[in-house]
Amino acid sequence: MNTPVLQIKNLGIDFGGLTAVNNLNMEIHEHEIVGLIGPNGAGKTTVFNMLTKVYDPSRGHIYLNGQDIARLDTVAVNKAGIARTFQNIRLFHNLSVMDNVKAGMNNQFTYSIADMLFHTRKRRSNEDMIEEEALKLLKIFHLDESKDTMAGSLPYGAQRKLEIARALASEPKLLLLDEPAAGMNPQETEELMETIRFVRDSFDICILLIEHDMNLVMNICERIYVLNYGMLLAKGNPEEIRNNDKVIKAYLGD
Amino acid sequence: MKKKFKDLLHHKYRSRTISFALIIGAYVIIEILMHSIRLSRLFTGMLVPCCCYIILALSLNLVVGFSGELSLGHAGFMAIGAFTAIIVSGLSTKMIPDTTIRLVLSILSGSVLSGIMGLLISVPVLKLSGDYLAIVTLAFGQIIKSLITNIYLGFDSDGIQFSFVTNELNLEQGKMLLSGPMGATDTAKISNFSSGILLIVLTLYIIYSLIDSKYGRAIMAARDDRIAAESIGINILRSKTLAFVVSAILAGAAGALYALNYSTLQPAKFDFNTSILALVYVVFGGLGNINGTILATTVLYILPELLRSLQDYRMLIYAIVLIIVMQLGSSVRLKRYIEQIKNRFTKKGVTQ
Amino acid sequence: MTFLTYLISGLALGSVYAIIALGYTMVYGIAKMLNFAHGDIIMAGGYAAFYAYTRFGLPAGISILLSILTCTVLGVIIERLAYKPLRQASSLSVLITAIGVSYFLQNSAQLLFGSDTKIFPSILTEGSLRFFDGKLIVSYLTLITILTCIVIMIGLTLFINKTKIGKAMRACAEDKEAAQLMGINIDTTISITFAIGSGLAAIAAILLCSTYPSLSPSLGSMPGIKAFTAAVFGGIGSIPGALLGGILLGIIENLTKAYISTQLSDAIVFAVLIIVLLIKPTGLLGKKENVKV
Repeated sequence: MNTPVLQIKNLGIDFGGLTAVNNLNMEIHEHEIVGLIGPNGAGKTTVFNMLTKVYDPSRGHIYLNGQDIARLDTVAVNKAGIARTFQNIRLFHNLSVMDNVKAGMNNQFTYSIADMLFHTRKRRSNEDMIEEEALKLLKIFHLDESKDTMAGSLPYGAQRKLEIARALASEPKLLLLDEPAAGMNPQETEELMETIRFVRDSFDICILLIEHDMNLVMNICERIYVLNYGMLLAKGNPEEIRNNDKVIKAYLGD
Repeated sequence: MKKKFKDLLHHKYRSRTISFALIIGAYVIIEILMHSIRLSRLFTGMLVPCCCYIILALSLNLVVGFSGELSLGHAGFMAIGAFTAIIVSGLSTKMIPDTTIRLVLSILSGSVLSGIMGLLISVPVLKLSGDYLAIVTLAFGQIIKSLITNIYLGFDSDGIQFSFVTNELNLEQGKMLLSGPMGATDTAKISNFSSGILLIVLTLYIIYSLIDSKYGRAIMAARDDRIAAESIGINILRSKTLAFVVSAILAGAAGALYALNYSTLQPAKFDFNTSILALVYVVFGGLGNINGTILATTVLYILPELLRSLQDYRMLIYAIVLIIVMQLGSSVRLKRYIEQIKNRFTKKGVTQ
Repeated sequence: MTFLTYLISGLALGSVYAIIALGYTMVYGIAKMLNFAHGDIIMAGGYAAFYAYTRFGLPAGISILLSILTCTVLGVIIERLAYKPLRQASSLSVLITAIGVSYFLQNSAQLLFGSDTKIFPSILTEGSLRFFDGKLIVSYLTLITILTCIVIMIGLTLFINKTKIGKAMRACAEDKEAAQLMGINIDTTISITFAIGSGLAAIAAILLCSTYPSLSPSLGSMPGIKAFTAAVFGGIGSIPGALLGGILLGIIENLTKAYISTQLSDAIVFAVLIIVLLIKPTGLLGKKENVKV
């Protein structure tokens, strides 16, 4: 197999005296959809926060396409190719749906401050192109009709979808989804699964997702990592995880 | 051509169209009035300062409304612009007899210097956040005022003379430009209403160009959610610095225009109260609301003057108005009521 | 020896700043607002004591008590009328309201008492102590100021830590909703905080006016801004921080005036504040808050 897109080696983080995540090893390969599950407080979101450098890991390495990104900052990590969504949605509430996605494309604009001030042709063509791209992205998530709505006044399910669209707009190689189906009804969840698969195929990216909805996880993830008390409890394909005694124990208790 | 006109009223550009229409309309009406009937001295005297405060408030709204950081020291930038303009205008009087060119040069140098100071100050200021950031802008405002209060500058046949803290200048037939706490005492009044309007239009052009661009989106994204903005690759510091520097440039221009409208000007004019005044205009007009800022500044600037007949009570009434408007503004019941009225209007618009 | 003189008078000035800063810091800690009108409460306290003592000829002790009472009541009324309706509003609206209240107090004072400067009587004490053959002179007023500050600090610390109301205040500062769930009355707690802060402002007013005996409607502005700076300097929300910040600010200001320049003292004080905040972004004793993602 060729080098994995994401490789995590012995990753760990302490908060004060408390070890939240320890000795974590993971790999994600091209075109994969991988699940990260575990009971509440297992440290799943903490892993996302370390990957995107919201938190600084205490130990270990994170390789993105072979490049160690554990020393970069959040902005540089995104430029290197990781984008994410958040457990408790973090949209730009006072910007329109369209502008949220355009903000995600901010680094694809090439015009300068002078172009901005003098409204040059470069600015116009840049903005037109981005507008078109953003609209395409919004169509995928059926958000194109509400493009001028303020993001903060969208319904909950639409906000989750917009967050994914915004993350995709920054052209990541790896997309991290933190509970994408939370608060969605079964039908919405069904649609979301379709969309996630579609996004993976059409953008040719790999996806790591945290989710409590086991139906979704078992359905779309090719491989699953199980986290418990900050440590890796198990890994494998959905079938293996479903039948893993340790996993069942962790979820149901003794 | 028809399509272009429609574009102007498109919801995306509506605010912009209204802004320019508002300013140019006000200009035309006031100019006509000035030439047809005699306007009172009191009224004409308010025109240029009102323009200055509009520019100041717009510049502050860029930081407070669009960038989401509280600045309590914007009068400092205004002061830098003002006294730079006084010096430049004073020194170049002989070289440039044309007042228009001198005015442009003075405003330009005032805003450039203010922008440079803004850049320097933004380095420590933007390392902090929230109330701590606000207090540091307050501190810088105080420092700037305090430093300018100690500058003595003049020129004579020997050239420019300068001293700090104590006045050691010995001018022979020269002219003092700045005399410490007394400030400027004999400035040529070269600002006028037209230049004020022109400067507002330029300010609006700059602000609209900025906020509709990728830079503006980055600034607003960083305001709404810092962490989310970083997660999509937006450099927070760079965005906030840009907003801060542009704001300092505009505040400097406002100060320059202001200074050249008076023959005397003391540094104490640009104290904490002036920074607060600008903030009041911004909050009344609405954070990130450009037309609101223009209207609020005009009304709140003129209001105390209109209340002049009430003499001592006018500032008291002003204070009460401030408090009551804030109470009403955050009243949930009132908000719901306004929402209802709005809905009724928009529904009507659809059926027609 | 002159250095010691400046140091001691700086300590006294710092004590006044600290007492004012306590008002800012307590209100900030519990109501999460910058009460810009706090400086004007000082002014109100000054006028109350002045009128009680000189116009109505009341004894000093009663005048002081009356001044404290006036400020306490004023503080509670302001909180109830102006700030309470804004509990849910944005912090900027609250800030503007506080500014409105500040304007209101200053202009009311101007209407009621006139804008001329009044000479504040020596209500506390006169005379001084001499040390080292008269090389070091410390006025009783200076000593009283420093002692008052110490007594207030000890009293307040005991109050906050030992009494039920004090504990309620700490709980509110930590988490208002949780405190409410535990049966603490938020409104009462905030009122008490304003009452204490404003009462302290009256004490500061008398000490300040006794040291610099001129009374005018804008009396409170500059000490207010300075004390606010002191509160931030020490770490806003922290009571020991307010003490430390106030004392340091007073000493720095006095030494700057003595050894560097009177005209530049404000600039230097604020420059020190900026430097401190750059090294410790939440002030000397402030707590760092973590953002949860």
